[in-house]
Amino acid sequence: MRTALDIARDVRSGATTAESEMVTSLTAIRARNEELNVFLFVDEEGALDAARRVDERVTSGDDAGVLAGVPIALKDNLCTTGVPTTAGSKILKGWRPPYSATVVHRVLGAGAVPMGKTNMDEFAMGSSTETSAYGPTRNPLDVDRVPGGSSGGSASAVAGDMTPLSLGSDTGGSIRQPAALCGLVGVKPTYGLVSRYGLIAFASSLDQIGPFAKNVADAAALLEVIAGHDPMDSTSLPEPAPSLLLHVNDGVAGKRVGLVRELYDGADDEVVAEVERAASALRDAGATIVELSVPELHLGLSAYYLIAPAEASSNLARYDGVRYGLRVDAEDVAAMNEATRTAGFGAEVKRRIMLGTYALSAGYYDAYYGQALKVRTQLIDAFRRAYLEADLLLGATAPSVAFAIGEKTADPMAMYLSDVFTIPTNLAGDAAISVPFGTGQLGLPIGVQLLGPGRSEAQLFAAARVLELADGRS
Amino acid sequence: MATPLRREDVAKVAKLARLSLSEAELDEFTAQLAQVLEHANDIAALDLEGVVATAHPFGLINVVRDDVLCASLSRDEVLAMAPDAQDGRFAVPRIMGEAP
Amino acid sequence: MTTRDGWETVVGLEVHTELKTTTKMFCGCANEFGSEPNTNICPVCLGLPGSLPVLNVRAVDLAMAIGFALHSTIAFSTFHRKNYFYPDMPKDFQISQYDLPINSGGYLDLPDGSRVSIERAHLEEDTGKSTHLGGSGRIHGADRSLVDYNRSGVPLVEIVSGPDIRSSAQARAYASELRGILIATGASDGRMEEGSMRIDANVSVRKPGDPLGTRCEIKNLNSLRSLQRAIDYEALRQIELIEGGATVRQETRHWDEILGETSTMRTKEEAEDYRYFREPDLVDLVPDTAWQERIRLGLGAMPAERRATLLARLSSPTTAQLDALEVVVDLGFDDIVLAAIDAGAEPTLALARAANELAAGVEHIANLTTDAFSATLAMEQSGELSATQAKVVLLELLARGGDPRAIATERGFEQLSSDSLGATVAALITEHPDEWTRYRDGDEKLAQFFIGQVMKATKGQANGKAVIAELQSRR
Repeated sequence: MRTALDIARDVRSGATTAESEMVTSLTAIRARNEELNVFLFVDEEGALDAARRVDERVTSGDDAGVLAGVPIALKDNLCTTGVPTTAGSKILKGWRPPYSATVVHRVLGAGAVPMGKTNMDEFAMGSSTETSAYGPTRNPLDVDRVPGGSSGGSASAVAGDMTPLSLGSDTGGSIRQPAALCGLVGVKPTYGLVSRYGLIAFASSLDQIGPFAKNVADAAALLEVIAGHDPMDSTSLPEPAPSLLLHVNDGVAGKRVGLVRELYDGADDEVVAEVERAASALRDAGATIVELSVPELHLGLSAYYLIAPAEASSNLARYDGVRYGLRVDAEDVAAMNEATRTAGFGAEVKRRIMLGTYALSAGYYDAYYGQALKVRTQLIDAFRRAYLEADLLLGATAPSVAFAIGEKTADPMAMYLSDVFTIPTNLAGDAAISVPFGTGQLGLPIGVQLLGPGRSEAQLFAAARVLELADGRS
Repeated sequence: MATPLRREDVAKVAKLARLSLSEAELDEFTAQLAQVLEHANDIAALDLEGVVATAHPFGLINVVRDDVLCASLSRDEVLAMAPDAQDGRFAVPRIMGEAP
Repeated sequence: MTTRDGWETVVGLEVHTELKTTTKMFCGCANEFGSEPNTNICPVCLGLPGSLPVLNVRAVDLAMAIGFALHSTIAFSTFHRKNYFYPDMPKDFQISQYDLPINSGGYLDLPDGSRVSIERAHLEEDTGKSTHLGGSGRIHGADRSLVDYNRSGVPLVEIVSGPDIRSSAQARAYASELRGILIATGASDGRMEEGSMRIDANVSVRKPGDPLGTRCEIKNLNSLRSLQRAIDYEALRQIELIEGGATVRQETRHWDEILGETSTMRTKEEAEDYRYFREPDLVDLVPDTAWQERIRLGLGAMPAERRATLLARLSSPTTAQLDALEVVVDLGFDDIVLAAIDAGAEPTLALARAANELAAGVEHIANLTTDAFSATLAMEQSGELSATQAKVVLLELLARGGDPRAIATERGFEQLSSDSLGATVAALITEHPDEWTRYRDGDEKLAQFFIGQVMKATKGQANGKAVIAELQSRR
């Protein structure tokens, strides 16, 4: 498949049409969606119409945009006007938002053409896309395995060659981990770099929207399109989008790369091997490797599993059957709320709502949620200290290659451990990217993770590009 | 100081969260949540006296908007998605009890 | 009504005021009373999935103005979520302020000289409104309810007093003075009947010197009169309970204006656990010195200061004049009255005309210029206009503006010549010889009789002072 940037260039020059690119995409989707369950909703007519409008802009000599005519899939927790948006849940089955997320407006403004909404763990709570109320998504590279989660659909759409680009969301690793399991580039931007307006909230202080792509340059281009201040999001950083694409080939000469023990300890040997190989590749490209230990990272998992559910328990209270979505009738409104939520939420969501409610409740707040917020400060401080000794950090993304469907569903704790290397970045609000690097014994892709302080995406893309070249891709 | 999670705690919390659980679910969830809280107890046990919770990681403050009108949604499009509506309003079954 | 002997009533008041902003607290929807249901809503104030709040700067300005007016400390503040389920709350949590409110501490001095402490005055968003179908229109017995979210997200400031109030009269005075302050700051229109200002009363009783008793919260107080009546009722109810050997249960009670009693609202088994935590979708509010100064300098005079300024222009005011003074300040007419006095108007006359005639046409006050008011008063004082005529001119000015002289001419308010007045008086003396004899012999009361007769004969056109002068000259 050509890169997204290739497609855009060809559409703008007239070498191809947006419509024909969309036809290719829709054909690929039709061929495999039933088997893989990647898309929850595809709007063929709407996508072709939108593609034609891009072509009209090209013909009339207008600027058709940086991503002109590039098909793009959207995770189903991104609001899209008039298009069903379920967040992978029964409680929002059939809901069509009356507004679109800011990122959706921005990708449309850049000429990209969305064609559908992708499957996800319910309300983004999961690491395998198995908690979706609409069935699991299968990894296109091995259909008996998970694509990772919660953005498994968006990852599979790109990995399965259905579309060159997609958007996902990352709260504890939900872009990076599926990227690693599907052999893609996936980015969790600095907290506040990308507007959350229109993203169905899971954990407000951790959520960020980010790109999936097959290569670093495409990911950088897409992130540049969606990033930048949004007055509709109070937590959005004040500055406009940074220049990212231009810096992709900056290299890593003179950079200090911290190899952090806690970011690969406990990963499978084959994963650790790739992390070490990545370190060598960066060293060969002129970086200095520094071995670091950041013990505070161990607390990340526990802090996350108090903070995220606490915020989620509050964010999900609005699903009460009153104004939209599922309603299960009852004699009085409280009973109706209860019946609706009981029927509409899956087990994992219920678990986290209860965990979060408990962590916030009177008598437990200080011991659990209050403590977790303090641990978060310590984690942030620990990262800041690490960034005195290194410009960026290197580690694994996921502890193993893609695991089998059903392998971890019996034990929630086992599933939560999949996020151990990704969670700390969300807690700190920093930036991180997963880049494919090598494969495991079964030929399944492995991803390595590069982490940087807030607003350091440019250098992360540069380092990722070095690894991409070293790994023999593009 | 954190105390072990009991079945009654989970039942109480479910009620607060407007979720109803079967007896079997109550048992299952209690066991699973207790396991997660086991891990959380390593946090509860830490002495973090003097550590202050972080608000926004990059210290954003005073984000405000001007007091200027913006377009509203049309009532029709909003009520179209309502499970039940009447006289231009959202309809719900009887409310027992006044607002807190 | 005073509490039973030996008992002390303790009251703390929580006042919620809607802020007079153009738009809501966290979105750009109109902040407007009386719109068609669900026409001022958007993803944010409807709490749609994916929506996010952005704080209205004017709401912060007005909250700080209130803080200054109440002598509070304005500080760094955060927003918190107050979590509970209720259909009029689109997110099933309310964004409010918890342990770090924008204003803390402060006080309010009442006209009687007493001081009530203020604990805090914080920002929060309002909820939607539900109406209940079936039953009496109240919640109990209703079959279903309908919800309108126009009010959802309207900015509120909640002002919490200390438990310093010791009588229903003092509570009423506090509420009235606070209302005047809220209007004077521009923060509120103080319309209790529209719900833009709402009061809840926390009432307890105790023997003087004892620790505070168990308190009950009284809701549904829609007027200052209800506030006073409800506190009286509740204090007595609690006293009778205790004297009868029972204990007061801590609960929320509903005031019924028609029955004149408080009753238990449906109590829950346990107290609500709001699980407050810092609102992650908003950032901290740190009003710097420059911002605070701008607000403080923009603050006009508060009612107490305005009353004092006006009072200083009166000499030995009667009770009636003091009442008029309160009305004038309450309605915001003190500026126009002061301007008239400065232009030469007799203070008590200016006060009286403002408290009566201007008050009657308060909605149209914008039509009346300071000059027109001063000129009308001058014409009345010089005798060019009688009192009745002056009142007519003022009402006309309120209705359509204009110039008092022109109006007087239009209406044919010509000065009665002293000749015709003399003739009228002479004729009346002839008609009422007995009354004239008594007046001439010193019975001053008869002066009123003759003035009345002159007014009747001249259809109110005569000038009272001129009549008296005429009568006296003929004695």
